[in-house]
Amino acid sequence: MRRSALFSWLQAAPLALVLAVFLVVPMAMIVVVSFFDYSAFSLIPDFIFTNYQEAFGSAVTWRTFGKTLWFAGITWAITFAIGFWLAYYLAFIVQGEVTRTVLFVLCTVPFWTSNLIRMIAWVPFLGRNGLMNSALLGMGAIDQPLEFLLFSDFAVILAFVHLYTLFMVVPIFNTMMRIDRRLLEAARDAGAGFWQTLWCVILPLCKPGIGIGSIFVIVLVMGDFATVRLMSGGQSASVGLMISNQIGLMQYPAAAANAVGLLVMVLLLMAAILRAIDIRREL
Amino acid sequence: MQASVELIGVTKRYGPAAVAVDDISLAIPSGSYCCLLGPSGCGKTSTLRMIAGHEEISEGDVLIGGTNVTDLPPVARGTAMMFQSYALFPHLTALENVAFGLRMRGVAKAERLRQAGEFLELVQLGSMKGRLPSQLSGGQQQRVALARALITHPKVLLLDEPLSALDPFLRTQMREELKRLQRELGITFIHVTHGQEEAMALSDIAVVMQNGRIAQAAPPREIFEKPASAFVARFIGGHNVVALPEGRFAVRTDRCRLGPAGQMPGHVSAIEYQGAAVRVVVATANGQTAEALLPDTLFHAAPIEPGAAVTLGWDAADAHPLPDAA
Repeated sequence: MRRSALFSWLQAAPLALVLAVFLVVPMAMIVVVSFFDYSAFSLIPDFIFTNYQEAFGSAVTWRTFGKTLWFAGITWAITFAIGFWLAYYLAFIVQGEVTRTVLFVLCTVPFWTSNLIRMIAWVPFLGRNGLMNSALLGMGAIDQPLEFLLFSDFAVILAFVHLYTLFMVVPIFNTMMRIDRRLLEAARDAGAGFWQTLWCVILPLCKPGIGIGSIFVIVLVMGDFATVRLMSGGQSASVGLMISNQIGLMQYPAAAANAVGLLVMVLLLMAAILRAIDIRREL
Repeated sequence: MQASVELIGVTKRYGPAAVAVDDISLAIPSGSYCCLLGPSGCGKTSTLRMIAGHEEISEGDVLIGGTNVTDLPPVARGTAMMFQSYALFPHLTALENVAFGLRMRGVAKAERLRQAGEFLELVQLGSMKGRLPSQLSGGQQQRVALARALITHPKVLLLDEPLSALDPFLRTQMREELKRLQRELGITFIHVTHGQEEAMALSDIAVVMQNGRIAQAAPPREIFEKPASAFVARFIGGHNVVALPEGRFAVRTDRCRLGPAGQMPGHVSAIEYQGAAVRVVVATANGQTAEALLPDTLFHAAPIEPGAAVTLGWDAADAHPLPDAA
């Protein structure tokens, strides 16, 4: 009995060790540092609440958190709308395994290059003298270049949607593929039309996939700083960007305090999603 | 009597060369229990699905209650289908599953749940209302599926191999219950099965299918006593198909006997004890095999061993002539 207990501990040890070294310890460090004092050049070990007071006493921080949530919310809504229908098309409309696989791989092609390059690729397209504006001007649809296309919230969200829609497609597609096709027939037999089948059968059965996709997208957007910096041209802010700037200024304890704040916020969001949707079925 | 379900020259093609159902015509009187019977791939399920409206009809027409429903969706046909693996909605409780059809028709929640409760009572599952399908046994799931199909008061209930997933004991029990429900509700049941025993036990009309065509459609007794072809005789079971100089005949195995005189001399190649009867297989010199199903008392009065020389015989009146073609 004791022997087998020891064995179980040993079996669990490698994963526990990895999680401890790469997850728990760094997080603990961040929490510890968030209570440190700092000067322009050094960290001063201490236990003070100044970092939190400065961070969360300032309206700018709250506005930045709000803005980050706003980005996450809009990006979530758009990636969900696109991702759901893409997955629906792949799972229910496309006939044949081969076609489906080819189309699915096609969806992942953009992931063969780095995020940064995919973002930068938008610049010559959306810029003041970019392809989009030239085309619209050439067609006579507008007589002045559209300014909002690049270095704006529009550009940030466009990039987010471009980068992260696949994270919504894949889990939803997976759950859809597991739906027994006879259920759709049974629904039709019971008199359900297209929207009724969608609402009463497909959507409830896709919930775990939607939950997982939502977690991916929200976590990725909440922690992002590169996309916001690049696509807003420095005109918009996110918590990630704020933290990144503070690190640039060597204000590690301040950055850590913000990071803890962000972590709490993301955990609360995850808790809300997991409360609404049971994703265990999918794991 | 008005034909409740009528198929006129119905054909189903999957691609130019693959014909699943080949120009079949059939009239099923209203309020009757009809079994579509045949080996797998004979087109019985395709036929059922075409009646249900889940399969497009390549050619021909389906009439239900005198109305041509060929191009109508299932809900407009007045049919309801019970699927082979039940196809219950896994995220809905038994009660909600049963109420689904009413929900789709916009019946208010309280009303549809009340009616669904009554239908669950009808299939004796009143106490399982709140369970999810995964929490029900196979037999219980099937009752839920049955209640779900019946709640919209269909004129025709279509059952796709409803009993094949059940163990033999439950199967017999469920069979009785299906028959009882059909009698009580008075609606037409069309039941697809590959078990001849099931078809004989249940049907008013049994339709034996072979390669997308109807081999014979008749009351089960007629099929058993006068099989239309060698295929039907073999498929329905309990028959010897023998070739004699006068032609081909189907002879019921329980009408065969072993004796000094008879039509088929040979030797015993196998003996199988079956309780009330003993099955004796006789192989003749010209390579035919036939069997006699002997009452156990008769067999035990004069037991024989495999290898013994015997002659299989029957009364001339028991030989049912078959057409020469296979």
